[in-house]
Amino acid sequence: MRGITAWSTYLPYRRLDRSQIAAFVGQGGGRGTRTVASYDEDPTTMAVAAGRRIAAGAPDLLLFATAFPAYADKTNATAIHAALQLPATVPAFDLGASARSAMGGLLLAARSSGRVLVTAADVRGGLAGSADEAAGGDAAAAFLIADDGAGAPVLAEIVATASVTDEFVDRWRSPGETRTKTWDDKFAETTYAALGRRAWADALAAAGIQAGDVGAVAVAAPTARIAASLAARLGAATVVDDLAATVGNAGAAQPALLLAALLEQAAPNQTVALVSLADGADVLILRTTPAVTERRGETLARQLAAGGPLPYGKFLAWRGNLHVEPPRRPEPARVSATAAARNDAWKFGFVAARDPQTGAVHMPPQRVSADGQRTDQMEPQPMSGVQGTVATFTVDRMAYSPSPPIVFAVVDFDGGGRLPIELCDVDAADVAIGMRVEPTFRRLFVQDGIPNYFWKARPVRG
Amino acid sequence: MASHGIKDRIAIVGMGCTNFVEHWDQGLDDLVVEASEQCFASAGIGKDDVDAYWLGTAQGGMSGITLARPLQLHGKPVTRVENYCATGSEALRQACYAVASGAYDTAMAVGVEKVKDSGFQGLNAHPVPNDGTGRTLTAAAMFSMVAPAYAQRYGVDPATMRQAMAHVAWKNHQNGAKNPRAQFRKPVSVETIINSPKLAGDLGVFDCAGVADGAAAAIVCRAEDAHRYTDRPLYVKALSFVAGNGSGVSDPGYDYTTFPEIAACAADAYRQAGVTDPARQIALAEVHDCFTITELVLMEDLGFSARGTAWRDELDGRFDLDGELPVNPDGGLKSFGHPTGASGLRMMFEAWLQLRGEAGERQIPGLADRHGALALTHNLGGYPGEMVSFVAVLGRQLG
Repeated sequence: MRGITAWSTYLPYRRLDRSQIAAFVGQGGGRGTRTVASYDEDPTTMAVAAGRRIAAGAPDLLLFATAFPAYADKTNATAIHAALQLPATVPAFDLGASARSAMGGLLLAARSSGRVLVTAADVRGGLAGSADEAAGGDAAAAFLIADDGAGAPVLAEIVATASVTDEFVDRWRSPGETRTKTWDDKFAETTYAALGRRAWADALAAAGIQAGDVGAVAVAAPTARIAASLAARLGAATVVDDLAATVGNAGAAQPALLLAALLEQAAPNQTVALVSLADGADVLILRTTPAVTERRGETLARQLAAGGPLPYGKFLAWRGNLHVEPPRRPEPARVSATAAARNDAWKFGFVAARDPQTGAVHMPPQRVSADGQRTDQMEPQPMSGVQGTVATFTVDRMAYSPSPPIVFAVVDFDGGGRLPIELCDVDAADVAIGMRVEPTFRRLFVQDGIPNYFWKARPVRG
Repeated sequence: MASHGIKDRIAIVGMGCTNFVEHWDQGLDDLVVEASEQCFASAGIGKDDVDAYWLGTAQGGMSGITLARPLQLHGKPVTRVENYCATGSEALRQACYAVASGAYDTAMAVGVEKVKDSGFQGLNAHPVPNDGTGRTLTAAAMFSMVAPAYAQRYGVDPATMRQAMAHVAWKNHQNGAKNPRAQFRKPVSVETIINSPKLAGDLGVFDCAGVADGAAAAIVCRAEDAHRYTDRPLYVKALSFVAGNGSGVSDPGYDYTTFPEIAACAADAYRQAGVTDPARQIALAEVHDCFTITELVLMEDLGFSARGTAWRDELDGRFDLDGELPVNPDGGLKSFGHPTGASGLRMMFEAWLQLRGEAGERQIPGLADRHGALALTHNLGGYPGEMVSFVAVLGRQLG
């Protein structure tokens, strides 16, 4: 039996109230909120955030899907691989920059062998006042797909899959641009309806079941209208909410996000299905096991409840749609590739050094112990999962930041180790000495096309 | 481990210092020429009479040629040194040791910084290529973390803390107003200081040092030769330097209420100079007031105030120009301005003027005639937890 043995999601902290958009732009917007990746997040950091919740016990293969990759030519999954501190022998591949890529990763993992970690993340935007800006949402999800008995119990068995592929131009974007253009919506709707029904029928046949046997279905589609229109015709008992009112459409991550939502709501021994419409139609039919409800972790509901509001002006600035005067300070230099390569355990993995003699944790790692007594006797000390306490803090209104001001704290980590570190996902006025924080993998800035990935700390919430 | 010092073996016999301002019309070469010419004239000698040169500049240029070319020094040993904001002091320290070693009869230290050609505010370090994981905060932000920690540890209420810090800036602006070389020459009210726009944490614009271009220079020789050049030399009683190991930024035991590197450096300097009671024996101090909170904590690390009491001593006026122990009578970094590589020598220059009775309107009464009067200069570089510190003790009499 092969199936999903673990899953997790990541929703960024900030929420944009869509009603702010029309009030400012004079068009666009709508009801509800959408999630917004912080200025220091990109699909790679978000995939790390989702992946690190389930990556314990190294997978045999890492796949990463996004429609908005930080790098072209260079693999993005390798940064996720480094942040998760996976063994060098674990291959890590990008799945290409299309909205269909995450579903592709799930289907590949279903047909593969061994433990496959599929990560999907997207940052969705568009021009100010556009439909994509309002309807989009930023999210990440990760799935471990493996055979039963490979360490963890299967939570949902993969019963059947079906795919229909078709070449037509409904949505397109040139690499490097932020605006996705669309053809006539009606063309997409009718085309996807036909493709979806065909794949659905094929999948049911492959599974040897009727539509009525499917307890719940989730439909990921380019728009909520296309998804709703197909979902109503599938004949499943219930249709899982597409999170349009709270998260928005997460693009390449949408099928992965809705699959997580589907599983979070599923009962044991229930047949559920995911339909994804992107350049064709893909269907995944699963049967949950009794273990499905035992999964613990950060639920979507909990993450949705923890969000904080973001003014529309900040949203525009973070997406590069509004140019805000920066502090009159020099921009940082690009990261040295060689220095970063030497220090990747620290930079990507947040692995400090521990002196076994004194127990002192050295952040960053050093060869010579802080007491000056020993050389090259340190042990690696992973810190990415260690919480800490704010010892003191400040707000720097003059330093360069992609989104000033910098909120900065001296953090003492539980069990030892101190690091002066930037805080994120927090309003300056809410920081206090004694606040509990946790490490989070972020993109500090981008210079010369190189994202500078490193860790920050954010408040522990909930 | 030994730190013997060179008490009374070296004398400063000539000094020079440019105005510290935004010298839009003067380059680094102009500044070093002006400070050096003043210094040669002060010692009554020419550049060929000086055997060896040290140039302190944090970012003004590389190698001794940065000084040898503008001064057209021919065949001289010229060394460029850098030690953060304590660069100027480092240049003097090397010059003193070179003469004390017997290698040279005379040496000159020049400190210079042309800060205002960058087009940016504040001080900016040229980054070494790195892995991108280091801090990128301003110095103001790093030092701003000290004020709340200090107030909390010693139970000083925020309003009183704010007053004490404002007093530092008020005092140093008062002093700078009397100094024709200073960048800012207007007294500033406590109210203005307190209400200035915040740059980092609770530090406002008026809590921060001025940033200026400038240069300063000193010529040193063996103590026994001093009277060949001047009848009022300054004898070097102590030169101490400590480079921290960065422990404060990684050690949870560090609490941001003190600068341990400075306390260690001061203790060493006092040992070298034979000072046992700095609060009474030091007659004037030029200290590194890069931010108001820095000066306050320095008063404790240098032993001028008991722990947790510097805020009260500041408010009581103990460090005012007419106080018991005048601190930064020339206006300090706050109003004299801070050209990184020059500041350490600028502090020496004030000690030079005050102990010789040449400080004009801000002359501390009776100081030049007081037998055994000692001046202290303190220069730091870096940040709380990760700092270099320099302390010198100087006097007019041997012994």
